[in-house]
Amino acid sequence: MEPSLSFLSLLIFLPTIGALLLVGFNKKAVDAMRFFTFGVTFLTFLLSIVLWNSYDASNPGIQPAANGVSAEWIASWNIHYRLGYDGISLPLVMLTSFTSMLAALASWSIKKLHKGYFILFLLLETGMLGVFLALDFFLFYVFWEVMLLPMYFLIGIWGGPRKEYAAIKFFLYTLAGSVLMLIAMLMFYYGSGGNFNLLELASIAQGDSAGHSFDEFTQIVAFVLLFIGFAIKVPSFPFHTWLPDAHVEAPTPISMILAGVLLKMGGYGIIRIAFPLCPVGAQYAAYWLVAIGVISIIYGAFAALAQTDFKRLVAYSSVSHMGYVILGMAVWSITTENGTVVTANRDHWLMGMNGAMFQMIAHGVSSAGMFFMVGVIYDRVHHRDLNQFGGLAGKMPLYSGLAAGIFFAGLGLPGMCGFIGEVFVVLSAWSFSPLLAIVAASGVILTAGYILWTMQRVYLGSEYKGPHEEDITPMNAREATVGFVLLGMAIFLGVYPAFMFDVMGGSMENLVDSMEAGLQAAGYVLESATQQASLAP
Amino acid sequence: MSSFGDQLDSLIGALPSSVCHFSPELALSGTIVVLLLMRLFGSVDRWIPPYFTALVGSLVALGLCGSQLLDLLNNGAQSEEFFNGMLVFDPFGAFVRGLLALFLVLVVALTVLTGIPDREDGPDFYALLFGSTIGMMIMASANHMLMFFMGVEMASVPSYAMVGFLKGRKQSSEAAFKYVVYGAGAAGVMLYGISLLMGLLGTGTLASETMPDMATNLQAAFAGTTGIGGAASMTLLLAVLMVLVGLAFKLSLVPFHFWCPDAFQGASAEVAGFLSVGSKAAAFGLLVRFCLAFVGGEGAVLPEIFTGFGVALGVMACATVTFGNLAAYSQTNAKRLLAYSTIAHAGYMLMAVSALVVVLAGGAGAGMSDAVISETAQRCVEGLLFYLFVYLFMNLGAFAVVALLRNQTYSEEIESFNGLGWQAPALCICMAICAFSLVGLPPLGGFWGKLVIFASVFKTGDVHWFMYVMLVIGGLNTVFSLFYYIRMLKAMFITPAAEDARPVEVPAAIGNYALLLALPVLLLGIFPTWTTNLAQRVSEVLVP
Repeated sequence: MEPSLSFLSLLIFLPTIGALLLVGFNKKAVDAMRFFTFGVTFLTFLLSIVLWNSYDASNPGIQPAANGVSAEWIASWNIHYRLGYDGISLPLVMLTSFTSMLAALASWSIKKLHKGYFILFLLLETGMLGVFLALDFFLFYVFWEVMLLPMYFLIGIWGGPRKEYAAIKFFLYTLAGSVLMLIAMLMFYYGSGGNFNLLELASIAQGDSAGHSFDEFTQIVAFVLLFIGFAIKVPSFPFHTWLPDAHVEAPTPISMILAGVLLKMGGYGIIRIAFPLCPVGAQYAAYWLVAIGVISIIYGAFAALAQTDFKRLVAYSSVSHMGYVILGMAVWSITTENGTVVTANRDHWLMGMNGAMFQMIAHGVSSAGMFFMVGVIYDRVHHRDLNQFGGLAGKMPLYSGLAAGIFFAGLGLPGMCGFIGEVFVVLSAWSFSPLLAIVAASGVILTAGYILWTMQRVYLGSEYKGPHEEDITPMNAREATVGFVLLGMAIFLGVYPAFMFDVMGGSMENLVDSMEAGLQAAGYVLESATQQASLAP
Repeated sequence: MSSFGDQLDSLIGALPSSVCHFSPELALSGTIVVLLLMRLFGSVDRWIPPYFTALVGSLVALGLCGSQLLDLLNNGAQSEEFFNGMLVFDPFGAFVRGLLALFLVLVVALTVLTGIPDREDGPDFYALLFGSTIGMMIMASANHMLMFFMGVEMASVPSYAMVGFLKGRKQSSEAAFKYVVYGAGAAGVMLYGISLLMGLLGTGTLASETMPDMATNLQAAFAGTTGIGGAASMTLLLAVLMVLVGLAFKLSLVPFHFWCPDAFQGASAEVAGFLSVGSKAAAFGLLVRFCLAFVGGEGAVLPEIFTGFGVALGVMACATVTFGNLAAYSQTNAKRLLAYSTIAHAGYMLMAVSALVVVLAGGAGAGMSDAVISETAQRCVEGLLFYLFVYLFMNLGAFAVVALLRNQTYSEEIESFNGLGWQAPALCICMAICAFSLVGLPPLGGFWGKLVIFASVFKTGDVHWFMYVMLVIGGLNTVFSLFYYIRMLKAMFITPAAEDARPVEVPAAIGNYALLLALPVLLLGIFPTWTTNLAQRVSEVLVP
């Protein structure tokens, strides 16, 4: 059955409906609100499973219809309410509803102003789902911004001691990025004769559309604007400074969502908008992107090594891990042969793209898990100082076991989800630049270093060295459920990555094809397909 | 040239239709008379409170404006001069007048809820309020430099008195005094400019089908002239700039903004809200008409001079936006903060006018086809009108929340908002919606207004590179502005209330009023189609 526009809208706005219903709840009925919110996120998750099952991987274009399903929104500006999904957005929709559901389960730790919290939480989920399903640039922008408002208040009201600073910093950074995106959006709107449809804009960039084209200058300027906007969200090296603050101050479930879903929006934006709309710009900036990715990996890992705050360490590990995403997407090498520009190693690039995409999903699972594990111990002892832990393995064996599993997934242990993405990316980076590949690969050692050292300081050792020792109690059933689900997912994706690759592979190939077409349209000459041996999974 | 007798005949012949076009203003004038008489004759106003009369009068005016606008749009909108070409009746004027009438209704409703003015002062206050609104409506439909000046003065003089209406408050008197001195100075300069202009062009009619208007005379006088060489073109530029001083004062544009924060802080929040929206809407209506008198005609006259004029407006807009936003940072008083925000928003709206002038004056020179020029110009006007419409709700909403909370906490300092988000959720959510809309975040109306303006500015970048600079400055300012708006919200929702603070309880009616203002802001963002189409049709008639 093809999902209709109303089905996709229901998926997006079900949490909003839930939020509106929550307004009628009694302020004192805290448990009712918790279960209700969990119920709404669970229903949303079920709907996203229905969507997953309806996806036809043999036809990797946009579904349900070739152009998505749409309704007219603002006719005089040619703006449509256009929704659709393909193998790139579908895994992220799943990740969003999955993480939101687990975050709702983790929200039992919220101790004040429950009603406002759950309303904002559900509004946030609507914004996130909308970003991944929107196929109209304007609509995408609206959802992108809609998500900011609840996030500001969720960090600002329910956050830690420096919550106000962290919340405004998050807001300002993202808003600055959005303004750049807005300018790029206007460039495309006027360049295409008044169009916001992302698919049509992409086909104009491919040179498939008569009458309009984006020249090289436009593409490069627009790519830089879009990339900065998205890189702030990812976050990549020079724009990452909001992340440690926001992650550390946010309450546990919000940290899970921040790391699990919000960072993926940056990567998704690059894959869905920046690359297909400006292939020449992407090519032009490829080397810089690779450099930014590698610097993020190494810088993030070193910064994580230096932390004494447990949550800050996990936050910097996100900077490091998201570096692989940028690296994987950008390993698009071109060389100059006999005066003509040629694209080389197409298949390696495809592999890097697949790796980047998988890394986003894997990081979504593992980092949400790591933040949850930090939250569990923080709820008990109310501190996060790495030097004041120790011996938890003896006091909380189940917790320590689950946490160890999830941290190993983050480390990239073979057989767990973190490994697949990293190895794909590093392998494909080799063909682009062996030097950068070696540097990126050495990031894995640093990652192992800070994660193992952390585990040693927190879980191993003979005795617990910090305050509130008497409050250390074993995990309860709710916490254990979240832990088991996340760990199970991490192992499942690590053992059977084809589960994701089967869905995303075809769409990624389409993307690579369309970008090559875009380069050709812009006058680049492509190397004949010499590398037929498919390295793609 | 027709004789005086002929003119008199045509005036009398057209009187019925002229009076009909003028009916909203007449309704407001009638209300003033009734308000003042009711106090004289016995104790009628003891049975019927003044605000009731005022509410009825403003609703009648709103109904008349609305029916005029619908009538114009349904019957193939045309512009029509009346009172012998002194005023013009067209969809643009009807739109702005309708906006003013709607605004008047909302302001009167607000004064009912806040209790300023008290019953004793009611008739005086409403007479001033209505008189000022009549002036603004005349500004919106002025078609002659004489009515231009009359309208500005008629709007200004009652507002001087309203700013000082809280008798006995030193701050209030100081504010009114500053306002008067500034206003008088600006009016003098403007009058000088008007006399230069009329002397130079031999007419004061802005646009007319039948009589020689400024555009025709300009073409006759400057045909073939290029550049700013001659004395005549220098005089023209000087005259235009002097007239602009008067308007810039009304719009509180940098560097004529100094009165604004003081006047707003001294006045009550209700009056400040009225001035921040009403006089802006009217002055922008007037500014657009004034600019179109020079660049709206067939074939651009003196394209370099007027492109330069448009860019100068753009520079002014950038300065205004940036200054308004930077100055708002350090404010601790909510009204003063909103005053600076008003200044910044005048700058955003001026960007639309700047783009309009640039594209009309320089579009042909930059190789744009006539269709593209008129479409871009229409987009500029559309953006301005939409922005004014949503600005009405969001800015009045913000001022209204300040006024309504003042009645609870007896303070207008931002500190006094601490922790109110959980005690007066309706008001504070209304403030959040208005503030985020003022920043320009989707899905709120302010975003759509800003987007349309930015889009037309972007398009005008083809004519002059400065428009791109203006776009970037506008974008950056959007980001900056978040910082101070969110300070109010931070106080409401994040900072806990002081220990000794009195708990606040807001009656349901007040909360409903606040939501009444916030709801359109949200709806205009989610479903802008209806208003956009209306603004588009209005602009199509104005800039054919």
